[in-house]
Amino acid sequence: MSTNASNVPALEIKDLHAWYGESHILHGVDLTVNRGEVVTLLGRNGAGRTTTMRAIMGLTGARKGSIKVDGKETINLPTHKIAHYGIGYCPEERAIFSSLSCEENLLLPPVLKGSSQGMSEAEIYEMFPNLKERKQSQGTRLSGGEQQMLAVGRILRTGANLLLLDEISEGLAPVIVQALARMILMLKKKGYTVVMVEQNFRFAAPLADRFYVMEHGTIVERFAANELQAKMPVLNELLGV
Amino acid sequence: MTFDIGIPLPALLSQLLLGLVNGAFYAMLSLGLAVIFGLLNVINFAHGALFMLGAVLAWAGMEYAGLNYWVMLALSPLLAGALGVLIEKTLLRWIYKLDHIYGLLLTLGITLVIEGVLRSIYGVSGLPYSPPELLQGATDLGFMMLPNYRAWVVVASLVVCIATWYTIEKTKLGAYLRAGTENPKIVEAFGVNVPLMVTLTYGFGVALAAFAGVLAAPVIQVSPLMGQNLIIVVFAVVVIGGMGSIMGSILTGLGLGVIEGLTKVFYPEASSTVVFFIMVIVLLLRPAGLFGKEK
Amino acid sequence: MLQNQNRRGQFAVYGVALLAVLLAPALGVYPVFVLKVLCFALFACAFNLLIGYTGLLSFGHAAFFGGAGYVAGHAMKEWGLTPALGLLAGMAFAALGGWAMGALAIRRQGIYFSMITLALAQMLYFFCLQAPFTGGEDGIQGIPRGKLLGFLPLDSDLTLYYVVLAIVVVAFALIVRTIHSPFGQILKAIKENEPRAVSLGYDVDRFKLLAFVLSAALSGLAGSLKALVLGFETLTDVHWSMSGAVILMTLVGGLGTLTGPIVGALVVIALENKLGDLGMFLANATGVAWFNTLGESVTMVTGIIFVICVLTFRRGIVGEIIVVADQWRARRKTATAPLGSHLVDRG
Repeated sequence: MSTNASNVPALEIKDLHAWYGESHILHGVDLTVNRGEVVTLLGRNGAGRTTTMRAIMGLTGARKGSIKVDGKETINLPTHKIAHYGIGYCPEERAIFSSLSCEENLLLPPVLKGSSQGMSEAEIYEMFPNLKERKQSQGTRLSGGEQQMLAVGRILRTGANLLLLDEISEGLAPVIVQALARMILMLKKKGYTVVMVEQNFRFAAPLADRFYVMEHGTIVERFAANELQAKMPVLNELLGV
Repeated sequence: MTFDIGIPLPALLSQLLLGLVNGAFYAMLSLGLAVIFGLLNVINFAHGALFMLGAVLAWAGMEYAGLNYWVMLALSPLLAGALGVLIEKTLLRWIYKLDHIYGLLLTLGITLVIEGVLRSIYGVSGLPYSPPELLQGATDLGFMMLPNYRAWVVVASLVVCIATWYTIEKTKLGAYLRAGTENPKIVEAFGVNVPLMVTLTYGFGVALAAFAGVLAAPVIQVSPLMGQNLIIVVFAVVVIGGMGSIMGSILTGLGLGVIEGLTKVFYPEASSTVVFFIMVIVLLLRPAGLFGKEK
Repeated sequence: MLQNQNRRGQFAVYGVALLAVLLAPALGVYPVFVLKVLCFALFACAFNLLIGYTGLLSFGHAAFFGGAGYVAGHAMKEWGLTPALGLLAGMAFAALGGWAMGALAIRRQGIYFSMITLALAQMLYFFCLQAPFTGGEDGIQGIPRGKLLGFLPLDSDLTLYYVVLAIVVVAFALIVRTIHSPFGQILKAIKENEPRAVSLGYDVDRFKLLAFVLSAALSGLAGSLKALVLGFETLTDVHWSMSGAVILMTLVGGLGTLTGPIVGALVVIALENKLGDLGMFLANATGVAWFNTLGESVTMVTGIIFVICVLTFRRGIVGEIIVVADQWRARRKTATAPLGSHLVDRG
């Protein structure tokens, strides 16, 4: 896995504002993610977590502030250029294409410029054997769990080393959720940087190095994994955990 | 040999071939319309005018530069495609975020400009264009005389349509187009330059229309008005077939051309409106269209 | 309060316009020309009911305009119907046609709707081209003006002028009334957010169809009036370019505004008539000889206007005036508001 020589954060967001049309959703988000970290974004529905992910990718309306990927400013770039800074985005709705087969879905995202080797097709099929069996099936005929694996698998092939995962455990059977947890730990060992949006606290808690909590479009709490226990009362109040 | 219906077989087959020729044009034009609509969400009213432009360019190439049919068959689509790219980059891209009617109105405006300019230069009477020497005349097949050029039109169109279908449904490039039609934002988030793909897709659709125009030049009278009535029939074809399926557009276009040809044999007065009648029937019985996926 | 100010302002404008139109013949304006503009203005207003207030783009309204003209013309010439009955015959045809076209087109959404209306109108065009009674390329000539209701001869341009003016004003008032009625409000709701209207329990398709029929009937009235005024009816009125023309008038004047279509009709017809003169003027002013041919390229100029309007002038003339008027009113309001009141809502 490539690592920078310096300690430039993989992702550094400063005072990010974002709009959908006239709606002002993000009111100054500050967020830092270091290389190789797993960071979880917590918060109630509507807090702005998904919007933050989308804002990083340039998928919202107007944006203001600073988003630096590996130290390089991306706030004014179009979406397709942002991706080539090494970001892999797994959206909340999964976005598996119904007019493509499972295999076509998996191979769709191109290998990113200037990135190191992504996982090979074989490696991904090894991690997700179901996808190999269902290669020729229409993408949307896969089960929920398989579609989720497909959504994650396809960005692993691209050489992206900063992964934005939005609610990947949502609506999946516990067995599959456990498999996803193991996958994230393995990715972390390989040096990937992961930002996760998660409702499922029990899934996210053991995986993350650091936590951010969002409310009303800003960060209201930030702490490291070792402070988690101490922060539980606050989290109970904010999230009803 | 005559059938009970009283039409000699050679005459029937010859009309069938004419119907196939028209059907080939319907297929190519509705294919281009469908591809453009899928990705851009714009119904390209200018398709008829660009078809006409392809034919006029072929004529102009011969008239002013002595370029023969075969050269223009390749050059005309390229030139038209380049114009298409220009149109997309300067005009179309501003209306994607607007209500869909503006796409129709903008392309209507472009149609009027193209037709108006050419009309003021060439008037409305036809510009003569003869088929290339290689394809002139007819071949005796025994049961009928096969006009060589018309047979070529059908073959060339089928090849182009099938090639387009194959590219879209079976290749990686086509996968980008299909995915982009479904969810362009996510495809962009993967790093694919979707805006460029949109521009090139429009250019391709235009080039396809112009290609059909060159094919048409020796059989339909080349004039600035030749695309007008054709585009309205193509709209009906598209309503009948739906725009969700590439193969659907091709089959519907060919089928309707054949039906139109047969109508000319048995009930000539209705031949200019039979496609519209079929549209009415389809709307009553199967509103989503024969191959339609969405309403 | 602002509503009343608005209303008063509007009535003032209508009053002035009405006065101008009433006095026009005395001011030396050619009555038949004004009537022609009024017919197209009514056509555009009727069309606007559908696109500006219901959000449905019909590309086949020429079928109602020209078709009704043919029916009315034929009725008055061949069957000897009085003008009033002739107009009614035309309207009835248009209403029936509107019901048929609307019922079919509404089965599809969005762009398919527009394409279906275009295709169906094209069917009528071909029918008019081939049917014997329409006179084919020559059209129907010599439509008599007859006697209104059997006793008022309409041969005099002046008499005809005021009769037709009265009819147009009544029709326009009907359109205004419809827009402000509960029915009109529902149409607006459908245009703004159809799924929401459905979820509120409205039979959206029925409302769309009603709007379509009303729009078609009034377009038919306009077409029949024009046939009566000009005394002839040709294929031009059923050609799809006429459908395009009414769209242009409405777009240029202002979609969804009350008076926009009237202004648009005036502008487009004046432009068509004066394009040649405009061309010569531009040729002299700029020294570019090509401008002299402008008069012959109505098609091209129309296309350019479409492109410019869609890209930069979507609100149309009246739409832009309304926006400017609103901004001016808002600025006056804040200028007289108590200091600091704009700071109350931090947002």
